[in-house]
Amino acid sequence: MSFDFLWQGMGVALMPQNLLIGLVGCFLGTIIGCLPAIGPINGIALLLPIAYTSGLPAESALILLAAVYYGAEYGGRISSILLNVPGDAGAVMTAVDGYPMARRGEAAKALAISGISSFYGGMIAVIAMTFLAVPLSWLAIKFGPAEYFVLMVFAFATLGSMVGHEPVKTLLGCVLGLMLTTIGLDATSGAYRFTFDQPELHDGIEFIILVIGLFSISEVLLMLESQVKGTLKPLAVTGSYPSWAEIRYIWWPSVRATVIGFIIGVLPGTGASVASAVSYTTEKRLSDKDGTFGKGDIRGLAAPEAANNAAATGAFVPMLTLGVPGSGTTAVMLGALMLYNIQPGPQLFVEQPKLVGGLIASMYIGNILLLIMNLPMVQVFARMLLMPNWILIPGITALSILGVYTAYASVMSVLIMFGIGIIGYLLRKLGFDMAPIVLGFVLGKVMEVNFRNALALSGGEFGIFFSSTLSIILWIMAIAIVLVPIWLRRRQAARAAAGQPA
Amino acid sequence: MRKTLLFATLALAGLAGPALAQPAKTECLAGAKPGGGFDLTCRLAGNALHAAKLIKDPMAVSYMEGGVGAVAYNHVIGTRPGDGGLVIAASSGSALLIAQGKFGKHDENAVRWVGALGTDFGIVAVSADSPIKSLKELIAAFGKDPGAFPVGGGGAVGSQDWMKMAMIAKEAKVDPKKMRYAALEGGGAVTTALQGGHIKIASGDASEMINLHQQGKLRILAVMSDRRLPGAFKDIPTTYEQGYLIDWPIWRGLYVGPKVSDADYKWWVDTLTKLTKTDEFVKEREARGLFAFDSLGADFDKRVKADTAKFRALAKEAGL
Repeated sequence: MSFDFLWQGMGVALMPQNLLIGLVGCFLGTIIGCLPAIGPINGIALLLPIAYTSGLPAESALILLAAVYYGAEYGGRISSILLNVPGDAGAVMTAVDGYPMARRGEAAKALAISGISSFYGGMIAVIAMTFLAVPLSWLAIKFGPAEYFVLMVFAFATLGSMVGHEPVKTLLGCVLGLMLTTIGLDATSGAYRFTFDQPELHDGIEFIILVIGLFSISEVLLMLESQVKGTLKPLAVTGSYPSWAEIRYIWWPSVRATVIGFIIGVLPGTGASVASAVSYTTEKRLSDKDGTFGKGDIRGLAAPEAANNAAATGAFVPMLTLGVPGSGTTAVMLGALMLYNIQPGPQLFVEQPKLVGGLIASMYIGNILLLIMNLPMVQVFARMLLMPNWILIPGITALSILGVYTAYASVMSVLIMFGIGIIGYLLRKLGFDMAPIVLGFVLGKVMEVNFRNALALSGGEFGIFFSSTLSIILWIMAIAIVLVPIWLRRRQAARAAAGQPA
Repeated sequence: MRKTLLFATLALAGLAGPALAQPAKTECLAGAKPGGGFDLTCRLAGNALHAAKLIKDPMAVSYMEGGVGAVAYNHVIGTRPGDGGLVIAASSGSALLIAQGKFGKHDENAVRWVGALGTDFGIVAVSADSPIKSLKELIAAFGKDPGAFPVGGGGAVGSQDWMKMAMIAKEAKVDPKKMRYAALEGGGAVTTALQGGHIKIASGDASEMINLHQQGKLRILAVMSDRRLPGAFKDIPTTYEQGYLIDWPIWRGLYVGPKVSDADYKWWVDTLTKLTKTDEFVKEREARGLFAFDSLGADFDKRVKADTAKFRALAKEAGL
């Protein structure tokens, strides 16, 4: 395969008009990502008709929409880190280590680190897409229900790392998340579960509503409580930037997370939220030797941010090569392609080199633009934390309500968010972590649906889970991720023992 | 997404008083995420109406996700029953869900059905390398050993994709409940599963499968229609032609709230009647892979009610 499309594409992407459009898209994306609940899919749905009716050529429209999409993956981290309010679904795990850093006064550093790891993730993924898009598209086809199920087994195996000093609470949280995913339509039987005849519950609880309830509303309640008690301390904001050593330190965690994120992004059945969850737990499993993850470890911050950007980029692979959307947002973009009468598929790279090349080239440029745009703004964003609480607390609450209501246009959604928030507050008072609930929720749905679909297809034969090479590889990986860290620790302990004179 | 426009609409509608010839502001509500079938219906209506200059300002599109239109249905009946500027996207899938009582306590008589804008058709497909070349062969082979033919569809058990296959299964004398049916996430997932060999039969919509059929990635065995479709479908036989009197049109249309005035209802029906005759509309409709389906006003109302009655019987027969 030749790479003519890339050179042609560079020409397209570097045209002043397209550069400007890319810049606008990146900027809008960052803002959209930063606002809670409002995600790239809303932004793109709004922009698409405007782009189409204003007569933008197909490649410019696609550059704009794509820039909003991956720009949002950059923006989502800002509210996660500063306010513990994930800006979009892919930024949930960013809050786990990002927010503690902000509480320590290292908001600027956290924002810079996550900006750089977003850049690592986005950039490596674009390079991977340039060279591997067509060969990788078979992955999307080869993944059937059985393979998705085993992938989720792998994901749950990495969850072992989340079992901290209170394994019972972690497991309970995880089970709570699993139980929450069972609400809504059960596709395998067509029955509604736990919906209490409320149409709002037919699709189950939206992930982003759960997340905003658990993180932001419960956070507001905690802040109010300490305000009343008079123990709320004003935050210190030090303007420290990360050192070169730290930027180098997050390179390997980012690379590992990018590989995971990109592959999960390529798979149409999983998205940025699964990518960031699995990359975080994998990184914790591999690197968390001193128990610093969850308390503001920069590797725990870098991994999910690199992964969600890589996943967003990976989602373009099946869209461009197979015409299958890799995520909800790429589904809308696919609609855009059809509006322009362009048929996606492997021949797209040959027939529409300007379009595909222009899009891919613009993503190289876009990631650089986003890095340049995000780093200087870090100090400005970090200062937001200096706002007095009488602005901050109502502000977070208002943003949460507005975001959820804008995205779902229903009062019920807002009430569900508050309900979850109050439960989240109580759980946090009891010493529960929010992350296992979210992980159980994200992974549980994919796992259940695919487990039952696989068995529906095999007529109840469990052999289907071991019938393909891919499944076997995933089983081996799942076992390895459980055993390898244990083995590594033993070996280290043995070495340490051997190194010490008796 | 609800925009400020919408609030402006509400405010204006309140000020404007009853029965204007043309609603001050028009809005189309899609009861799902952006990018789906309801969104497509709204955009088809909005773009064509504006292009044909039948409305002054572009129609706003808002989204209210939940229960494949159930939330929007209940919202309109409960909260905005008299808003004459608001149309809501619906499809034969909505009629199916209403028939199964999945739209809550309201039935098909709870809203005013305005008209259909176009239709798609159900299809049955197998992978390109399958030895099966016709619907007859498929039904024979499926009847002999249903277990050898896992089916994939883009909806739950009881959804349109499941129903289509249940009708085929009935022809093969197979109990629909004995089908090995995987409920996948949308048409794209169905075609990838078929190409990957995870399923042997795909149940889906004509417009989303035709490109892969033309590229030789899968084989459409039959269009579930009583007449041959034009264009890219001119060489694909229908169920009727192959001797099976089953069809599955997937119409896409609009309704308004139950308390919308007769004048506003009539304005919508008349405007859509004018619209469907314009070239702008035909162009927009074809760009979205929809075929002509002229059913408006009272005729459409009858159609919807006949459909829900038919679907009730089907669901009962299939043992749902």
